[in-house]
Amino acid sequence: MSFLLEPLSYEFMQRGMIAAVLVGIVCAVVGTFVVLRGMAFFGDALAHTILPGIALGYLVSGGARDQLFWWALGTAIVASLGIGAISKNSHIKEDTAIGIIFAGMFALGIALISTVRSYAVDLSHFLFGDVLSVSAQSLWLILIFGGLVLLVLFAFYKEFTTISFDPILAATLRLPVDLLNNLLLVLIAVTVAVSLQTVGVALMVAMLVTPAATAYLLTNRLSRMMLLAAIFASLSGVIGLYLSYYLSIASGAAIVLTATFFFLVVFGWRRVNQM
Amino acid sequence: MYPHTHHQTNQPILDVSHLAVRYNGRNALEDITFHLHAGERVAIVGPNGAGKSTLIKAIAGVLQPSSGDVNIYGSHPDTHVCIGYIPQRSQVDWNFPVTVADVVMMGRSAKLGPFNWPRKKDWDFVNHALETVEISDLASRQISQLSGGQQQRMFIARAIAQESELMLMDEPLTGLDTPSQEGILNLLDRLKQEKVTVMVATHDLDQAASHFDRVLLLNHRIVAFDVPQNVMQTNNLIQAYGGRLRSTENGNVLAVDDCCDDEHV
Repeated sequence: MSFLLEPLSYEFMQRGMIAAVLVGIVCAVVGTFVVLRGMAFFGDALAHTILPGIALGYLVSGGARDQLFWWALGTAIVASLGIGAISKNSHIKEDTAIGIIFAGMFALGIALISTVRSYAVDLSHFLFGDVLSVSAQSLWLILIFGGLVLLVLFAFYKEFTTISFDPILAATLRLPVDLLNNLLLVLIAVTVAVSLQTVGVALMVAMLVTPAATAYLLTNRLSRMMLLAAIFASLSGVIGLYLSYYLSIASGAAIVLTATFFFLVVFGWRRVNQM
Repeated sequence: MYPHTHHQTNQPILDVSHLAVRYNGRNALEDITFHLHAGERVAIVGPNGAGKSTLIKAIAGVLQPSSGDVNIYGSHPDTHVCIGYIPQRSQVDWNFPVTVADVVMMGRSAKLGPFNWPRKKDWDFVNHALETVEISDLASRQISQLSGGQQQRMFIARAIAQESELMLMDEPLTGLDTPSQEGILNLLDRLKQEKVTVMVATHDLDQAASHFDRVLLLNHRIVAFDVPQNVMQTNNLIQAYGGRLRSTENGNVLAVDDCCDDEHV
């Protein structure tokens, strides 16, 4: 028992647990649409694209972490709509266009951060997350914005399902397809900003994709897929943090590794059952 | 919030005039002019790449014409929710985690409006639609578990739940076995009794001739549009299909094009 309780006697562990679970749930539910619509690469690119925004905020505020959420949020929304527009109006293939923008922006972010002397430590926090340093204020921001994302997603649940399954049907039903597509991009962007401190830029796509993909293997109902994904993500957050505490490994990596482990187990179990 | 248009019932359900659609720098459709009456059943036939899918999408209002007009009961299709579009089965993600009832309920999205969840009335529409196409027992199945014919019935049910008055079907019979094809054709008979206007793109000239009121023979332009026996004349068919024609033993003419995957406009 004390094995489980001891880490929770630290306030930073309590906050970290809550943050990991909240972020896990939001990422998993939004990630369901990311998986079904084949937007994993977009999600990965979007997460990387916000680095220059974070870097700028970091330089402007002289290293204060609490302001960074707003910089991440602003950059993520602009970047998501920008990538959406480029991938629609380009002569170049969509994934190439996204690749060019995302690598360029990511390099710009690294360049900006590298002007600061202690950059290696800070950069690694942005890249891989640092859930154990989540402040009470950050926790509130995660709760409010994460809640908002879920609220909008459920308000437009039937519309998002329809445009994802059959865009032509959505068009003949005269649903505002472009508006809804952009709204979904913005929701993914907010999710990315909310998750920044937990898993960081480089591991973000795992939180968006892995729990949802695990759930996809187990059910063929959308609502159940969301629920299962949220459960896998929450468990990954909690178990990951315990692993991080006892094995002294980076928290973001521990969470993602746990989620990946769940995926591999379910994948293997399905394979064995089908044989 | 979502648009609804009132019908001018003194106008034809579908009126296409001088429609042209350019696609990838070439004319997919040119100078298409025809109109349909409510309750009519029309087959669109023509060789691969003739523009059948393009015509259907332009009528549905999901593809903008480069010139000309499409009118549904006197106004442009982009504000009508009475057009049921039934996609080619090859263009659907059958692993999407939804049940048959979920898909049919999607047809209610427009009538429901934003922020509303399905009410009893909507479930009544869905159940009635599933009964009409005789797949009520499959309502809670995941869509990948359906046979080809059942998949097609599900989409027709969705169009019924949508309360569509004009159903546009892109190759609904392609890839189905003969009993399933007969089942779908019988279903179209039933829709006719309910005054639903149906336009079906098909490869099968025999079926087009035997099950439809009129046939629209298309090859970028309208080659012929009339009752089947007037359209299925050798000179018309040669004009549409060129050398890709062949006579069968019983004297029927068969168009030789067995692939249909190059027409995804």
